[in-house]
Amino acid sequence: MIKPDRIVSTTCPYCGVGCNLQLHVKDDHIFKVTSPFEAVVNQGNLCVKGRFGYDYIYHPKRVTTPLVRKTPQKPGARTQAFDRDEWREVSWDEALDTIADRLVEIYTRDGSDAMSVYCCAKATNEDNYLLQKMFRALFRTNNVDHCTRLCHAGSVVALQQALGSSAMSNTASEVIHNDVMIVTGSNTSENHPIIALQMKEAVRKYGAKMIVIDPRRIELVDFAELWLPLKPGTNVPVLSAMAHVIVKEGLVNHEFLRERTEGYADFVESLEKFTPEYAEQISGVPAEDIRAAARLYANAKNGAIYWGMGISQLSHGTASALALIHLAFLTGNIGREGTGLNPLRGQNNVQGASDMGAMPFHYPGYMLVSNEDNAQKWEAAWNIEPGGLSRKLGLTTTEILSNAHPGGVRALYIMGENPMMSEPNLNDTRKHMEQLEFLVAQDLFINESGAFADVFLPATPFAEKEGTFTNTDRRVQRVRQAHAPRGNSRPDWEIICDLAQRIEARLGRPTSRWDYTSPEEVFAEMASVVPDFAGVTYARIDKVGLQYPVWDKNHPGTPDLFAETFPRGRGKFTPLDYVPAVEPVDDEYPFILTTGRLLEHWHGGTMTRHSDLDALYPEARVEIHPADAEIHGISDGMPVRVSSRRGEIVVRATVTEKTTVGVVFLPWHFHEAAANLLTIDALDPQAKIPEFKACAVQVFPAREVDLPNPEAVLERGRY
Amino acid sequence: MSDSVTLIIDEQSVTVPAGTTLLKAAQQLGEEIPTICFHDHCTANALCRSCVVEVEGARTLVASCVAQATEGMKVHTRSEKVERSRRTILEMLDSAVDLSEAPEILNMIEDYGADRERFPGAERREIPLLDDNPMYIRDYSKCVLCWRCVQVCAEDAQYTYAINFDGRGFETQIGTFFDKPMPETTCVFCGQCVGVCPTGALKPKREFMLEQGVAPRDLGMMSSGRKRRKRTLSQP
Repeated sequence: MIKPDRIVSTTCPYCGVGCNLQLHVKDDHIFKVTSPFEAVVNQGNLCVKGRFGYDYIYHPKRVTTPLVRKTPQKPGARTQAFDRDEWREVSWDEALDTIADRLVEIYTRDGSDAMSVYCCAKATNEDNYLLQKMFRALFRTNNVDHCTRLCHAGSVVALQQALGSSAMSNTASEVIHNDVMIVTGSNTSENHPIIALQMKEAVRKYGAKMIVIDPRRIELVDFAELWLPLKPGTNVPVLSAMAHVIVKEGLVNHEFLRERTEGYADFVESLEKFTPEYAEQISGVPAEDIRAAARLYANAKNGAIYWGMGISQLSHGTASALALIHLAFLTGNIGREGTGLNPLRGQNNVQGASDMGAMPFHYPGYMLVSNEDNAQKWEAAWNIEPGGLSRKLGLTTTEILSNAHPGGVRALYIMGENPMMSEPNLNDTRKHMEQLEFLVAQDLFINESGAFADVFLPATPFAEKEGTFTNTDRRVQRVRQAHAPRGNSRPDWEIICDLAQRIEARLGRPTSRWDYTSPEEVFAEMASVVPDFAGVTYARIDKVGLQYPVWDKNHPGTPDLFAETFPRGRGKFTPLDYVPAVEPVDDEYPFILTTGRLLEHWHGGTMTRHSDLDALYPEARVEIHPADAEIHGISDGMPVRVSSRRGEIVVRATVTEKTTVGVVFLPWHFHEAAANLLTIDALDPQAKIPEFKACAVQVFPAREVDLPNPEAVLERGRY
Repeated sequence: MSDSVTLIIDEQSVTVPAGTTLLKAAQQLGEEIPTICFHDHCTANALCRSCVVEVEGARTLVASCVAQATEGMKVHTRSEKVERSRRTILEMLDSAVDLSEAPEILNMIEDYGADRERFPGAERREIPLLDDNPMYIRDYSKCVLCWRCVQVCAEDAQYTYAINFDGRGFETQIGTFFDKPMPETTCVFCGQCVGVCPTGALKPKREFMLEQGVAPRDLGMMSSGRKRRKRTLSQP
């Protein structure tokens, strides 16, 4: 039996649930992870990633010393270097001075628009606050974004437009108070496993009824009253048809409509065409099931909606999210415990990174950058001359790379993200990466994106730093250091402050302050300007996190939003039209490809592919329905070539009724068979989120030797 | 039925909400009744019988983790009969199961003065250690069959139903359907079972490897090492 030297309480670095962890440390090595049973978020339960997936911290390939590329990289001919022999180990001084020199050189020559940064939804609030501050205060650019653009941008824009807010309205653990819940576009069991446990509990122990609207027969369907298997990209007609039924059958909450909403008349008119029969024609969901779902939700005492990327990752992601919001407005299922509009945020701190202003349109606290008052507030906070901060909206994640060309974006600083896995149409992304003049990667491993960099800065994982994460239900929780950083690696916030001082000195500007001695001081600076966090201090969240807004030091936090009013006043209806997915299937590309995630892996795989989690699920598999498989001569486990107009990969097939006829599914974690080589870079016009969830592909049998990793053995019995 | 009941526990009167178990009622008086299988996070099943108490008028000792308080009940949590029963349970467990990593049970053995040599020739449950997945090991020689792991795998948390009781009597063991290795079952490796195991029968693989003397540095190689093995195995 190993007796721990210490047990460190912290927050899980994987998904947005924000499970509380206890790291058991012996000789500066985590040997076990447990969770306190009294934890309000997860009641002692964890998933495989939280409990066992921390071993990447100790992986021999982790980079723990600053690196500079041996061969100087030229824009247009930038290459990837995965091999450590292609890098030179350097001191922190040399690495940071090189970066400061190059960034200042490009900024002085080409101005603010040439500078850009990807913040990181895995890093802490403090890390993100500082990195956006560095680019805004020093380089005067709003070309600041992170992967929220690729996950819930559609939801954020829709919620902003309809309510004036952009977070989950209620608390995840309230699921047990739902009478009826709609779960759509979310494979909750794999992507928010602990919330899925609470959903199952609500159904089995508290009599809740679940409606699953999803093209895949996900595990939750076993617990559902109704499953509406819609074709990917047909959310708007299905959800609008539900609204149609609610209106036609007189199930609307008139009092709520009168008191709390606007634009109802125009909206109702737009609903005329969305009959359940029309929606059936487009989506394949039986009209009767649409009616049943509408009645079930509308008649609930407490109805709640939970959604994931199946709603937002479409070229009409904003419209899809609006269609969900309309259902809550029509029935008044918002503003009370057990109800609400709940986008389940993907990353551990994607909510926090967004809150901290890691976005091109907003300062911390969602203060629009083009608003003069906001800019002045931050100029005062950061000791910047009046008019110094840029009022111009910045570029989004996808736009930053597509603008990488002479005269456009020249320098990119990537903290922890991996666009070479997470962007759509990766062959195109690669061309853009090659065009950059200077690229910095700050990460744990040389991943597909970091391999393109000029300078690599070794950062620390969650267990080697202090700070805070904000989970999907707006709970700010502490992250604590379990042991010292390995090798010469340094916490992100320290790296940023050190680098910012070097840049500031070269620019000869009065200091915006970078001499923090702890993340706590960074948080306090942010909270002194952003009212939502005014009452959050490290002392108050020492044991249990607080759900913002927390207006002052005595405010208890806000589990449920919108009890009285919406931030924009009245909830706004928006008439919608059905816009099909950009790329329709045809004879040549007859399947709709939809992408998603697996329980055992995390996004681009930087962490989980360097963990024993990879042994549990070592290869990508394409899921195909038995009826389709038979027609195309595909059997379970057979290598197949999946190709789209943009790329192709070879993977083994899993023949399963988990997917529906005409739809194939691929996880996007595997670099050797990257699903995003196939996906389309069509964007939602408002949210600029790419259409990851629907593109046209073909699937043909391939040979064993064509597989990138034929030795990998997937031996899993789980659903 | 009224909302609260009043009862006497060890000569002290206590009023509790109807439906409260004797275990919780005693806790309200600050009295800790010893438990092994009971866990606040799991459904109580009265399996281990270490929480038994004497209720006046009852035919046998009752398990306080499930028995509910009733009006006027007179309960003795430390009578001679109760103590003897607990001691015997501990002596029997100790005779058959490896309790070396169950500190709470070892403390109870000490507290109750259990005779560790009472059943000298007893057959021990010696079951080969199961190491069939990258996340945790199963060493059922240490298992006291408390059922916590089965319950968190089922309705107490995960709704996955990968494990259950297998066999009868002395041969009873926690197992998978058809004895399949863990990866081939419905197991999702959440490790809820590891989190509630009181005896070290379920243990994270890394903790186990460190105990076996593997250096932390070499642990980092675990996954790559296994993959290599897999390759050689799967080659025709």
